[in-house]
Amino acid sequence: MIIYGTALLAACHLLGIFIGDLLGQLLGVKTNVGGVGIAMLLLMAARLYMLQNNKLPKLTELGVEYWGAMYIPVVVAMAAQQDMVSALRGGPVALLSAVAAVAVCAMVIALINRAEVLSPQAPDAAQLNNPLVAAEE
Amino acid sequence: MLDILEKAALHNGLVTAFAVVGLIVLLAGQISKHLTFGRVHGSAIAIVIGLALAYWGGTQTGGHKGLADMSLFGGIGLMGGAMLRDFAIVATAFEVQPLEARKAGLIGVVALLLGTVLPFIVGAAIAWGFGYSDAVSMTTIGAGAVTYIVGPVTGAAIGASPDVMALSIATGLVKAILVMVGTPVAARFLRLKTPRSAMVFGGLAGTVSGVSAGLAATDRKLVPYGALVATFHTGLGCLLGPSLLFFATKALVG
Repeated sequence: MIIYGTALLAACHLLGIFIGDLLGQLLGVKTNVGGVGIAMLLLMAARLYMLQNNKLPKLTELGVEYWGAMYIPVVVAMAAQQDMVSALRGGPVALLSAVAAVAVCAMVIALINRAEVLSPQAPDAAQLNNPLVAAEE
Repeated sequence: MLDILEKAALHNGLVTAFAVVGLIVLLAGQISKHLTFGRVHGSAIAIVIGLALAYWGGTQTGGHKGLADMSLFGGIGLMGGAMLRDFAIVATAFEVQPLEARKAGLIGVVALLLGTVLPFIVGAAIAWGFGYSDAVSMTTIGAGAVTYIVGPVTGAAIGASPDVMALSIATGLVKAILVMVGTPVAARFLRLKTPRSAMVFGGLAGTVSGVSAGLAATDRKLVPYGALVATFHTGLGCLLGPSLLFFATKALVG
């Protein structure tokens, strides 16, 4: 049943956010600490467990994969509601700090990534596990 | 006729949003194929169209939520809001190869720390250069350079003035938009190719919105790896901003 997949995704999402909120409270921060990341780890663990126990039928997978495939459209909708006007009206301080921060980080990313040793067997280790996204490419 | 159509769209906000976004993606795909001959990824163009529409919506309504402030496009706010965005991000975890993620775990954490401290130092230094030389203003603007959520959370905690808060949010917004648009352009320079490189990027580039859109526009395969790290960014920033980073700034400038 496709709803099992979506319900599993929802359960991991909620549990992750809950743990993130709890963590935030424990640390005395007024925000969620890594809830979405924790939810992702939970879903990864759930998938591994279900795969190993043969409890992951194709339809259940599809209930999650549909939402993974909806990722880009959702991101487009997210872009359409950014506060562009405030961003552009921020003036030189906002513009300069943002540009400089991004530039410094880009340098460090390039530096760290250049140090990565690419293993010859797996030049493109990232594989597309989502058939719904793979079909779009 | 037009009235009835408008009413139908208004009463079915989320459904209207699906149709509108579908149209944007279709248009972007055509532009990518026929105008750039596939050189610029369709999703990169779709995100830029989204940002342009957000600007247009913002100028029309004077609100802060871009296109979503126009009643006809209110559903965009739900579709691209934090709830569905996070839901879709979590769903991509299904594609993660745990071995790859674990291999890059440590470097991901290092990137996450650098991604909080470096933008903060840069932002605070530039704020100082522009005459915001008190510790509270420097910290708030520096925190804004981490993400546009860390900025106001930190500012509220240490009692920053409203104009400094606005500046801090604007800094974070500009950063997010720069990452969204700049990532596909700089992908080769950043060596953004492997799961590990995506995790480093997610930690250093910060802002969930910037990373998620930037990676979507670059290579959809890398999204889950970058998002896995980036989603800890705001939490870490909100933890360090009003505490460690504020005290360090205070010790430096008095």
